[in-house]
Amino acid sequence: MSTTDLRAAGTTSSGAVSESTTNACRMCMPLGASLAFSGVEGTVPFLHGSQGCATYIRRYLISHFREPMDIASSSVGEDATVFGGESNLRQGIVNVTTVYKPKVIGVATTCLTETIGEDVGSMLRRAVDPDTGLAREFSVEPPILVHAPTPSYAGTHADGYQAAVASTVATIATEGETTDSITLLPGIVSPADIRHLREITDGFGLPTTIMPDYSERLDGVTVARYKKLPPGGTPVDQIRATGHARASVTIGGLTTPGVTIAGEVLAARFGVPHHQVPFPIGIRLTDAFCDLLTELSGNPMPEWLLAERGRLVDAYIDGHKYVAEKKAAVVGDEDLVVGLSAFLAEIGVTPVVIASGGRSGKLAERITACAPELEGRVEIMDDADFTMIQKAAEQAGIDFMVGNSKGYRTTRDLGVPLVRVGMPIHDRMGAQRVGHLGFRGTQELFDRIANALLEKQQNESPLAYSYM
Amino acid sequence: MTTVLSSRLGQVARAGDGSADIVCDKQSVAGSVSQRACTFCGSRVVLYPIADALHLVHGPIGCAVYTWDIRGALSSGPELHRLSFSTDLRERHVVFGGEGRLEDSLMELIERHHPSAAFVYVTCIVGVIGDDVEAVSRKVSERTGIPVIPVQSEGFQGSKRQGYDAACEALLRLIGTGSTEGIGKHSVNLLGDFNLAGEIWIIQEYLKRMGVEVVANLTGDGRVADISRAHGAALNLVQCSGSTTQLAKDMQKKYGIPFQKVSYFGLDDMAGALYGIAEHFKDPEMLARTRDLVAEEISQVLPVVEACRKDLEGKRAAIYVGGAFKAISLVKALRLLGMKTALVGSQTGNAEDYRYLRDLCDPGTIIVDDSNPSELSTFLAEEKCDLFVGGVKERPLAYKLGVAFCDHNHERKLPLEGFLGMANFAREVHASVCSPVWQFAPRFQSANPVEV
Ligand code: SF4
Repeated sequence: MSTTDLRAAGTTSSGAVSESTTNACRMCMPLGASLAFSGVEGTVPFLHGSQGCATYIRRYLISHFREPMDIASSSVGEDATVFGGESNLRQGIVNVTTVYKPKVIGVATTCLTETIGEDVGSMLRRAVDPDTGLAREFSVEPPILVHAPTPSYAGTHADGYQAAVASTVATIATEGETTDSITLLPGIVSPADIRHLREITDGFGLPTTIMPDYSERLDGVTVARYKKLPPGGTPVDQIRATGHARASVTIGGLTTPGVTIAGEVLAARFGVPHHQVPFPIGIRLTDAFCDLLTELSGNPMPEWLLAERGRLVDAYIDGHKYVAEKKAAVVGDEDLVVGLSAFLAEIGVTPVVIASGGRSGKLAERITACAPELEGRVEIMDDADFTMIQKAAEQAGIDFMVGNSKGYRTTRDLGVPLVRVGMPIHDRMGAQRVGHLGFRGTQELFDRIANALLEKQQNESPLAYSYM
Repeated sequence: MTTVLSSRLGQVARAGDGSADIVCDKQSVAGSVSQRACTFCGSRVVLYPIADALHLVHGPIGCAVYTWDIRGALSSGPELHRLSFSTDLRERHVVFGGEGRLEDSLMELIERHHPSAAFVYVTCIVGVIGDDVEAVSRKVSERTGIPVIPVQSEGFQGSKRQGYDAACEALLRLIGTGSTEGIGKHSVNLLGDFNLAGEIWIIQEYLKRMGVEVVANLTGDGRVADISRAHGAALNLVQCSGSTTQLAKDMQKKYGIPFQKVSYFGLDDMAGALYGIAEHFKDPEMLARTRDLVAEEISQVLPVVEACRKDLEGKRAAIYVGGAFKAISLVKALRLLGMKTALVGSQTGNAEDYRYLRDLCDPGTIIVDDSNPSELSTFLAEEKCDLFVGGVKERPLAYKLGVAFCDHNHERKLPLEGFLGMANFAREVHASVCSPVWQFAPRFQSANPVEV
């Protein structure tokens, strides 16, 4: 069944293609931008729009990361909607600067300000201009101001994330003498994943700037005195240096045509060689990532990583029968879904339904490239919502789902386990610590999947067995 | 570092300092990182629990995603409210208009789900592109035979409070459309209770024991048909005053129904609410039944409260919640647990609420309107609070500082209303404040060295 058929399956008797979305499988662009800005040292994310978006996005991200997350808003009201929001934007920047003393304010627009046609780029230029700027009007020296255009109707949170990363490097990176450092640009991954990526590049002896890096800011420690700006994040100096790094590596980065990703910006502006790899999940894709690091560093895979790889192969073999010939649904951001599908394929699970709310148009192509054995055997849906996903999963018959918390209703209806990955994870502890990447992340996923299946089998067995 | 922005100074005061009224009910200050949401949010939270209606968010996906199943509002029957419907506007609709998309979406969803009514929430962007939602709604209503009601809730219109008004307006369009036949004289509507964790069922049970008939729930476990005949009730009980007082006033004007403000949190307020109802109906037998009920319920709950109080006596609490009326009840409930409120604030209180809070609280208590993390975290530390009562956005502030927390939000899974609710509240506060984990929090670490 094609995506169009699935849409039609839930539509009016006239057979029209579905117009509405029920239980969306994606979030909006400003959310992604806020997340990306959170990974830059000393940054306060700032949404130019009405108050609600910022509050909602904070609430949503807080329930996932369980960390304080301050996102400012220009609180555009009725007047500003009619007459323009520049004074709100300026006042907002002044207030954030006064209270937080940030190094950077990451301004993302919302659907409202995009549609009323605010020229935020010019406004920010005026805000830092010696004659028209905030220093003159308010005696407040603004920090670095970054602007990411993120009209929520133009893309998903993943697109907003890429847009913010790209704007940040475009604003801050500078020319200079080439360093021996590389810039690693991961897509939306967990704080645990970021920490693991750091270990891996360290293992290859590669000086690396990870951008953004919210591993500390969104997975921090308890403190005696509250810090309004949580410590951590990619240092601004290092972002400056991405303009003259030896290379940049984008992990993931399936994009809509509207978003030029940071690696491409750095290549076009400063001639920094750009490499792109899929999310390293599973042995094949992690090997591919490690091969690239070997190429860039001249060093082989470090011993400890090789050992992790060995243990993973061992675990695959020990557990293969429990997962063999099972059917899964995989749901999440496009980059994640590509990696997960390739991983499932290599352990003998068929991801019969592969779905994302993303709409890059490149999902099927990427999956075929990463896991050619799946071609023709699976349903690949982009721009999907959970109504479509549930229908497809029912039709295909699945043994489990790998996806975020929002898939819970579907798995509950189908009576199958949900292995929680990606974002949002709102109904379990530890979203920050779910590992997805590298041999270690894969090991975690493999164990969780096998155990979920074993638990179901055990619970449903008439024997209260405790040995297998 | 600056804690309170100069433009917000009028929104913060201390009980007993005799200064002017707290400034409130205005748009959040730009860049203040307000904890408060938008007009759309206000409407959405009020109407959301009507379980047999279709709630279609007309706008880009964000507004719908972030409010998907936002409240723990339970239903005893249909659960249509728990799905997240959106017209999911795309670039082309923003350019060419979204009316066609709205009409098709409505037709498709009504055919698929057979709701009793449909609410169409107008979000920011729709306000800007100027779709004629009223006209589309009328057309679809004619074609499908169910009420299709636009909710004028453009996010930028004002704050959450304006959203409450928009929701009340939408409800008023339903009220009065049904038959009032068979409604008795001891009858009420429940306004401003959202049946979080099944709370409305607790209240209904009390009313039943008193001999009071409930005509309509507005809106917890709400049904379109009940709401359409709500104008037949003899009395309106308004709990969440911020959200539904306006509706009660309008119903008084239009249908002559008097209203009482009530709160079901804490023993005093719960008992007070029930006595107030019994007195209103001037029925001595009902009053006697109410007395018995209160005595019986309190006798069951008191031992729990007393046991918790032993450990909680003298501890200091901070409260930051959505509605000020809730805050007032919380101050009293915490007092019952022997705790002192050092900070109390709300997102949507009005001048009258804050005046009341100032009188109620001990001198020195900080009272704040439309606060933000910078202020809250500073007050929390300076006032040496042992407990924070708030919602999802406040929780990590407390935890980051090693302060106990009680969820008093939309999403809670534990009923806190009713006499039984007070016992739940006491237990939850106790479980958090008395947890041994705080000994590891940096702010306490040096205080309790363990001798090994
Ligand atoms: S501010 Fe506007 S766009 Fe944002 S959540 Fe509210 S209605 Fe939606």
